Amino acid sequence: MHTTDDNETKSGISRRGFLKSVGAGTVATGYMATGPPGSQAAAQALDVIGPGEAPITLRINGETKKLNVEPRVTLLDVLRNRLDLTGAKKVCDRGTCGACTVLMDGSPVYSCLILAVEAQGHEITTIEGLGTPDQLSAVQAAFVENDGQQCGFCTPGFVVSCTAFLKNNADPTLEEVRQGLGGNLCRCGTYMRIPQAVLDAAKGLKGGV
Amino acid sequence: MVNPAWPSSDKRKLIGRRISRVDGPVKVTGTAKYTHDISRPGMLYAKILPSPHAAARVRAIDVSAAEKMAGVEAVLVQEGPGNEISYAGQVVAAVAAVTEEIARDAIRRIKVDYEVLPHQLDDTDPANAEGKTSEEEETSNFAEALAEADVISEGFYGLPPIAHCCMEAHGQVSEYRDGELYVWGSTQNVSGYADQLVEASGLPESKIHVDCQHMGGGYGSKFGADKWGVVCAILAKQAGKPVKLLLERDLEVMIAGARPSAYAKVKLGVNKDGTVIAWESDALGSGGMSSRGGSYSLPYVFENIPNKKTRSRGIRTNRGSARAWRAPRHPQQCFITMSAMEDAAAKLGMDPVEFFMKNLQYTERPEVYRQELEIAADMIGYKGKAHPRGDTTPGPIKHGLGISLHTWGGGGHNSTCDMTLNPDGSVNVYIGSQDLGTGTRTVIAIVVAETLGLPLDGAQVNIGKNAYPPSGASGGSTTVGGVSASSRLAATELLNDLFARVAPELGVPPDQLEAKDGKIRAVNDPGKAISWEAACALMGPMPITRQGVYRRGASGALTTSGVGGVEIADVSVDTETGVVTVNEFAAAQDCGLIIDMKTSVSQVHGAITMGITYSLYEEAVYDPTTGQMLNADMEFYRLATMPDVGTIKVHMMTGPGFDERGVIGLGEPPVISPGAAISNAVANACGVRVGVLPLTPDKVLAALAEGGKLA
Repeated sequence: MHTTDDNETKSGISRRGFLKSVGAGTVATGYMATGPPGSQAAAQALDVIGPGEAPITLRINGETKKLNVEPRVTLLDVLRNRLDLTGAKKVCDRGTCGACTVLMDGSPVYSCLILAVEAQGHEITTIEGLGTPDQLSAVQAAFVENDGQQCGFCTPGFVVSCTAFLKNNADPTLEEVRQGLGGNLCRCGTYMRIPQAVLDAAKGLKGGV
Repeated sequence: MVNPAWPSSDKRKLIGRRISRVDGPVKVTGTAKYTHDISRPGMLYAKILPSPHAAARVRAIDVSAAEKMAGVEAVLVQEGPGNEISYAGQVVAAVAAVTEEIARDAIRRIKVDYEVLPHQLDDTDPANAEGKTSEEEETSNFAEALAEADVISEGFYGLPPIAHCCMEAHGQVSEYRDGELYVWGSTQNVSGYADQLVEASGLPESKIHVDCQHMGGGYGSKFGADKWGVVCAILAKQAGKPVKLLLERDLEVMIAGARPSAYAKVKLGVNKDGTVIAWESDALGSGGMSSRGGSYSLPYVFENIPNKKTRSRGIRTNRGSARAWRAPRHPQQCFITMSAMEDAAAKLGMDPVEFFMKNLQYTERPEVYRQELEIAADMIGYKGKAHPRGDTTPGPIKHGLGISLHTWGGGGHNSTCDMTLNPDGSVNVYIGSQDLGTGTRTVIAIVVAETLGLPLDGAQVNIGKNAYPPSGASGGSTTVGGVSASSRLAATELLNDLFARVAPELGVPPDQLEAKDGKIRAVNDPGKAISWEAACALMGPMPITRQGVYRRGASGALTTSGVGGVEIADVSVDTETGVVTVNEFAAAQDCGLIIDMKTSVSQVHGAITMGITYSLYEEAVYDPTTGQMLNADMEFYRLATMPDVGTIKVHMMTGPGFDERGVIGLGEPPVISPGAAISNAVANACGVRVGVLPLTPDKVLAALAEGGKLA
């Protein structure tokens, strides 16, 4: 069973809706960099960068990061290979599994589908920005209590998705949680534990915990 | 002397309780470092050039353009001129460069001239079984028994090859430093990992240091360093810099793990009262290029059916080699057997629970299965929902229940544990084991804390390095048994030492002492006590280390083997679209003494989720023309998502009759039955058997059409 459009709108974490918006962005960027000669005038008006490394500025977890990257490099690869922010994982590398989920201006996105150059001008929050082992967020604490992780490789992506989900759905039902988190994959099979963690976190957040 | 036997249930403070995994906080915050997350100074990124052909011979290979590229620091040819390629995705060459992007570009510049050879992918044609092992058996009275049976039930059942598809793709980071090799590998076998790197590195194992603190899933596919681990070590040596080599997703799905296929024709002779008196099966299967896999032992669980005629033949195909896939061979054997049994029950018009009960005398543990059948039936609400095959209620959505029984060995593997008690009372535990997400760290922490009478964080648990005392590979549901036995033995040795020093202080003989609630106290006079810290201070300035050694099969009941489980699926089938939905799933599972109830139930949830996935979605689809895998990604190699998995209800068999067997192990057993349980439920719902997994809409609709049951 796939997520329905109805639930996708509510959750804000839809795979399909996500592909629509980000896919469009990716295509546009590719066109700027490699468009045919006829598009040169239009391209020049757009600030063409690349194919070599270009300076970019990113806002990540409240900090400004300046670095040089090729325009083809994804936000995920910059986070992992350049900034040592390895919480977001590279699993499918093409927008299927959600293990690389980060927040962009508060909304969950698959960072493997966003070019680093596109992420400029946006506030990026990674799993590292949500809590630490000594100071777990409500969602993180609920994951630990409910054993929402096994091997743990998909877990950071799930925690980010759940955090965003709860922001838009403060009082979800079990069915809404299941549908809303359909954009993250887990191979170990934590799908029974995570919904309970989300419901517990929702309760905790409402109670001001 | 402290008795190392497990404490009785009234004395346990931690064992068997619901305890959160100790590495939960580092996992939920993204601070747990996996192989993929390791970064070393000056580290290069490696990429692999895979073969596009399933069968070929390399005529020539030209890597000069790749070598000349700026940023490329090492190039390795794995299959040079004259070498044979035997599956698509086989590693042909590899490159290490300063960035992932340059490494990928460099791979594209390698030119290989292949002589393409004919390949063989058909694992269902007996003609292809030539030259492979054929196991045949026929009991003396088989033909007579079959002729005397009241009812003959026949069927064809099959499972295609599927992948492991670990979230963390296989990979390694290699670094040579001061003449020694340091590797970070995603592995299920920390203590045995270095073995495969000796030749490549030219170093003795004593100079190869393996580290795996966290690993992102293995399920049986991550025991050795593998070809890519060896390639990574060679590239690092060539470049003189650390190298990270991670499989890309397509290769992870294509070559880093496959479960062998299985197809079988089965004929059962059954008496009117439901007793099976004869079993005949002819099975085929393929484990790809490997000699392992593809041969099956049938019937499963009901192995003592008296009259049998069986044949099992393996077929070599041009696919990546099979690997142990969680409970090797069992899901296939279970699917074939339990489907055939349920078809026989349907043909007799007998309720499946009654039918399985009737034949429990053919199993190794009738009483366990009887209890579990009753419990699972109760959990799923069997009495209120059960109906004969074919849901006759109007409308296109049909409901059904399906049952399956399974078994597994388990039992602790060889494990050695060093435990150091420091004069300040702190404790270090060292075991060369690994945590696959199964809770190894947590289990060790629980056992040590329980034994020493300390809180859960009373000991620092160190695993994941081959520098620690060797412990077995995590395969076959043997880890929890192994590490809980070795850590229990080491902790009791330490207590014996400590009690000898405390005894004169308290004026109580050592054998009258116990460690409880952070104190050492007299068993019969708890007022006579000394705090843990004060007791440890009696040691003087020197720490003491004791070792616990568990040898598989050793006498005593710390760990034993052999379990049974029963699972029942509740499904809906949309007979208009062919879509199968698992509404509820009930599991009753025996696994001996449970150390941590919380992570144990998680294991069962996970196994059943994996089971639902292979029952409904998973298949490695190969193109017969090109020999390539067509769905080597995660979009079309479909895993279940959260909305796909209904409610899973778990009952762990505990208490008298189970606990005293010691720790047995749990990772494998619950993953075995879902295929049969779900397929049986689909047959019960829509009145026709969909004999081959996965139960995709096309297969369901085809079976409905054939049976005249289309909506």
